[in-house]
Amino acid sequence: MPRHKLIASESDVSIEVDVGKDNEFSLYYVEVEENSQGGQEKQTTRDGKRRRERNGEVSRRRASEKRTTEVDTKRAEKKHEKRHKTARKEGEKHEKRQRRKNADEEEAEEESNKEKKNIKNERTKTLRRDDEKEKDVKKKRKKHVKNEEDNANSGKTKQKDCHDMPLKEKKKKRKKPETTSESESKSESDSAPESKDNQAVGVLGSLTPEELEKLKEAVDERKKLIATMRGKPWPMKKKLVVLRESQEFVEKYEGALGKGKGRKLYAYKVMIMKKWMKFQRDFENFKTACIPWEMKIKEIESHFGSSVASYFIFLRWMYGINMILFGLTFGLVMVPEALMGKPYGSIPRKTVPREEEASAMNFAILWDFGGYAKYSVLFYGYYNSQRAIGWLKFRLPLSYFLVGVGTVAYSYMVVIRTMARNANEEGGGDDTSFNFSWKTFTSWDYLIGNPETADNKFASITTSFKEAIVEEQESRKDDNIHLTRFLRVLANFLVLCCLAGSGYLIYFVVRRSQKFALLGLENYGWWERNEVNMVMSLLGMFCPMLFDVISTLENYHPRVALQWQLGRIFALFLGNLYTFIIALMDAIQLKRAEEEIVKKNMTIWQANLYNGTVPDNSTAPPITVHPADIPRGPCWETMVGQEFVRLIISDTMTTYITLLIGDFLRAVLVRFLNNCWCWDLEYGFPSYSEFDVSGNVLGLIFNQGMIWMGAFYAPCLPALNLLRLHVSMYLQCWAVMCCNVPQERVFKASGSNNFYMAMLLVILFLSTLPAIYTIVSIPPSFDCGPFSGKTRMFDVIQETLESDFPAWFGKMFSYASNPGLVLPFLLLLVLAIYYLQSTSKTYKRVNMELKKKLQTQNEENKKKNKLAALKAANELEQARKAGEQRSSSASDLGVNEESSSIDEAGHHRQAGQNGRFIHPSQSQHTQNSEPPVSSTHTTTRPPASRGHTSSGHLPGHPQQPQKNSHSNRR
Amino acid sequence: MGGTSSKLPKDLLSEYQELTFLTKQEILMAHKIFSELQDRENGLYSSRVSMEKILTLPELKSNPFRKRICHVFSTSDMKDGSLSFEDFLDLLSAFSDSATLEIKSHYAFRIFDFDDDGTLDARDLEKLVNSLTGETDDTRLTGEEMRQLISNILEESDIDKDGTVNLSEFQHVISRSPDFVSSFKIVL
Repeated sequence: MPRHKLIASESDVSIEVDVGKDNEFSLYYVEVEENSQGGQEKQTTRDGKRRRERNGEVSRRRASEKRTTEVDTKRAEKKHEKRHKTARKEGEKHEKRQRRKNADEEEAEEESNKEKKNIKNERTKTLRRDDEKEKDVKKKRKKHVKNEEDNANSGKTKQKDCHDMPLKEKKKKRKKPETTSESESKSESDSAPESKDNQAVGVLGSLTPEELEKLKEAVDERKKLIATMRGKPWPMKKKLVVLRESQEFVEKYEGALGKGKGRKLYAYKVMIMKKWMKFQRDFENFKTACIPWEMKIKEIESHFGSSVASYFIFLRWMYGINMILFGLTFGLVMVPEALMGKPYGSIPRKTVPREEEASAMNFAILWDFGGYAKYSVLFYGYYNSQRAIGWLKFRLPLSYFLVGVGTVAYSYMVVIRTMARNANEEGGGDDTSFNFSWKTFTSWDYLIGNPETADNKFASITTSFKEAIVEEQESRKDDNIHLTRFLRVLANFLVLCCLAGSGYLIYFVVRRSQKFALLGLENYGWWERNEVNMVMSLLGMFCPMLFDVISTLENYHPRVALQWQLGRIFALFLGNLYTFIIALMDAIQLKRAEEEIVKKNMTIWQANLYNGTVPDNSTAPPITVHPADIPRGPCWETMVGQEFVRLIISDTMTTYITLLIGDFLRAVLVRFLNNCWCWDLEYGFPSYSEFDVSGNVLGLIFNQGMIWMGAFYAPCLPALNLLRLHVSMYLQCWAVMCCNVPQERVFKASGSNNFYMAMLLVILFLSTLPAIYTIVSIPPSFDCGPFSGKTRMFDVIQETLESDFPAWFGKMFSYASNPGLVLPFLLLLVLAIYYLQSTSKTYKRVNMELKKKLQTQNEENKKKNKLAALKAANELEQARKAGEQRSSSASDLGVNEESSSIDEAGHHRQAGQNGRFIHPSQSQHTQNSEPPVSSTHTTTRPPASRGHTSSGHLPGHPQQPQKNSHSNRR
Repeated sequence: MGGTSSKLPKDLLSEYQELTFLTKQEILMAHKIFSELQDRENGLYSSRVSMEKILTLPELKSNPFRKRICHVFSTSDMKDGSLSFEDFLDLLSAFSDSATLEIKSHYAFRIFDFDDDGTLDARDLEKLVNSLTGETDDTRLTGEEMRQLISNILEESDIDKDGTVNLSEFQHVISRSPDFVSSFKIVL
């Protein structure tokens, strides 16, 4: 790179550093300094061979700063020549700039050093000495890496490093040991590093395993630094430099660490680790690449903000869960039965009965999941009770049972885990002590990329500000509280009426449909056959609207109103579902009564069949009857499965049709009729619809509940649901993008996530209840399904234990399951829950107390700070009066030091605050007095130590020592 | 890969992955977008893309803080808010899904610190509120409301009562907010 370019970049840097505002500089001063140090260190090591030369330079530089620039440039050039050819141009350039900056900084540093005569000079000396020694070390190391002595040396330095590291900012963990010592010498007293240096010199010749250990630690530190680097708010250039240095370091010393035999192993381990890391990263990449619909959701996010997108993310999550459920049922139940079980038509339960044969292929029947669909793997009844099927001896009944249990267990696990994770993330989100600040700092949704949405967001933010202000001003004005109360009671009454009415309607319809079923469905039309599902879907569609109207009576705050609305819809859905289930239970009882009759008839039929032959002659060949002609029971399980499948289908249909009519048609009408209408349709009455996040989420949740409930009796349900969700994803994405407008009332996405999850959990629980009830308490049908012939479905476990496991296992199991053991175990569980609950309560209380303590601490701090600031100001004032213009800057420093020392004597933690309080007045003072001596810009700049302390303490941790207080600001 | 890989060497790519919260695909995507922006800079080719070009990205177009974002992430010596590719990656990393609260809040603070003085004072807050309420007059807050609002904010967040909100106070406030991490996101 040509020389003039270097110079140009240098001037650039000087502009950046010097012309910048004073304040700004003080803020980012430390960062720049760090940068420069990084560069400096690097340079130092790279130029290890030129140690002597550089030593000369150093002394020269100390003599005159003016020349430093020149020297540095020279050095840079040399280094440039030396540089690897493959080095990237960009990196090179910026490294150079770093170096320039560095040189500049050094210059400044030294100027200030000069001013702070005694102490600072010494410091510089230490610094230089450090430099030199390290260079020594580096040089040796480079020449013979194998030399253990060098390792010892570096180990020693490292050791020092490690001791300081935990205390210090991670940032200071720089590649080369000198960095730490340097920064240390800067921030701490000057004698300490010196003595440490001496120590280092003393142990230079020996190597102990302890020191090796230290070196290892240092390497580990580097590794940690590499791992956490991405979490540091530095510009990329700096990160790159530090990363490369750290990697170099790690590579260099990792291999040299192990001794003898251990070395190979260690190197091998390191290599494996590296490969593993790479694999992990690739796997991570692969995983993110596998997440479907990322772009679609992103697009929606940018148009509608995160709340609408949260619905789609929820949908995707559901899709994932259903995928697993589907995999389980499909892979372990449906496929084995279809491949290895007896083929269709071999036994009665796998054959369409004679009287249905004619219509079994009709589309209407199939659509209703009758006919051939009914006698297929899709439903419970088709499965055979044969204990083991196929050449694999697959235990199908057992598998069926376990999959049923497993799907529910898996769902519980996933939902609860997600909830716990969400709760973690939320933290203490519900305290309102930062209402206004949150509104200001966090209300903008950075995902919004659509001007229209942005406008809506502006408007909603403004409204929320205004609301908050008004609320703050007049805490509560109750105009006619009686009327409000009356209206609210009335509204709740109306809602209850609606709920009861809808419940009764469903019950009525289900009973009627049973009557129809008894009389034979063929005599009725489409409506009669689908009455139940249609009524349920219609209720689900119109009742929420009704609730919405009713809720306007109540005059709640929008957020509260939304919660009420959600609660009511939830209750409605739940009520409907449970009415449906109760009606279904009735149906089950009817079927079972029918089954009894069939059983009786069966014996008569058999007797008729063997009419004339001797029934007890077992050797006679049985008369072959086609399986379709054999009478059979009604199989209530299949009936339940069918009901659920129909429900899902009709629910899906209504959802899609509502979407098409309610959203799409409306949008089309509004869009095209607007030109020839008497009022503005787009902004007037019909307008475009908004995307109803909460309603949609509720719909999804209930749909899932039905899946959980029905999946045991219809293994095809997860597959159907998967299909539905898949279509929903595309259809709703499309509908949202083409015919919805962004919401005006924004429902916060993150806060509600756990709310949805909680609802999902409730639904999961409520939907497993009836399923478990039927499994446990109703005997299975005698002639269909995998559990036929058993008294209870769970007997399959018993059977497996008896026949497939050794006797002792069964015995053990029976011991374990006797009440004497189960009850204490349950008791233990309850106790554990109680214990955990009380501990969490205690933690909560402790948390609250800590919060209080912090607040009082802050109050105290405030007072002390004020005092300290006053004192400092006074002293400054005095110093200003006393000092002549010539020594103004020096006296300034003295005051600062004094005040901070006073402070330290009293309260250590005050230092950071103190520095900050002093700083503005002091810099002002310097500006006011305009010291003639300091004609250069550097004098107005606060010295390094003050730059460090210019930040305040962390409010949450006021007792942290000074060092930590600046770590917070990065 | 072709053109992309020739511009973005493999080891640099892995370093970028190490240093940002972005995945490989995201980095490549960012690189693609960035090169497109570069190419539109007719005539001379430079490693930086001016702020105006960056602001044409749809992700930033409607953001009221777009200029601040550019300024904060720019390492340009000219203070013109132009971004190099690495600055651009920094930006995306800070706004990515997996970035930590700490880094997000750090950059949020710098974005809100309109005068770059290291604290949020009343003027910064006023500017911030004005950016949030939009440019039009009908959504603006009145002077009285603004005063009230700012005093409320300071009362809540300014723990040491020095009249400004500094970084640690800001992070303290932000860390309790339930929405910040989910909304402080920009996805390409």
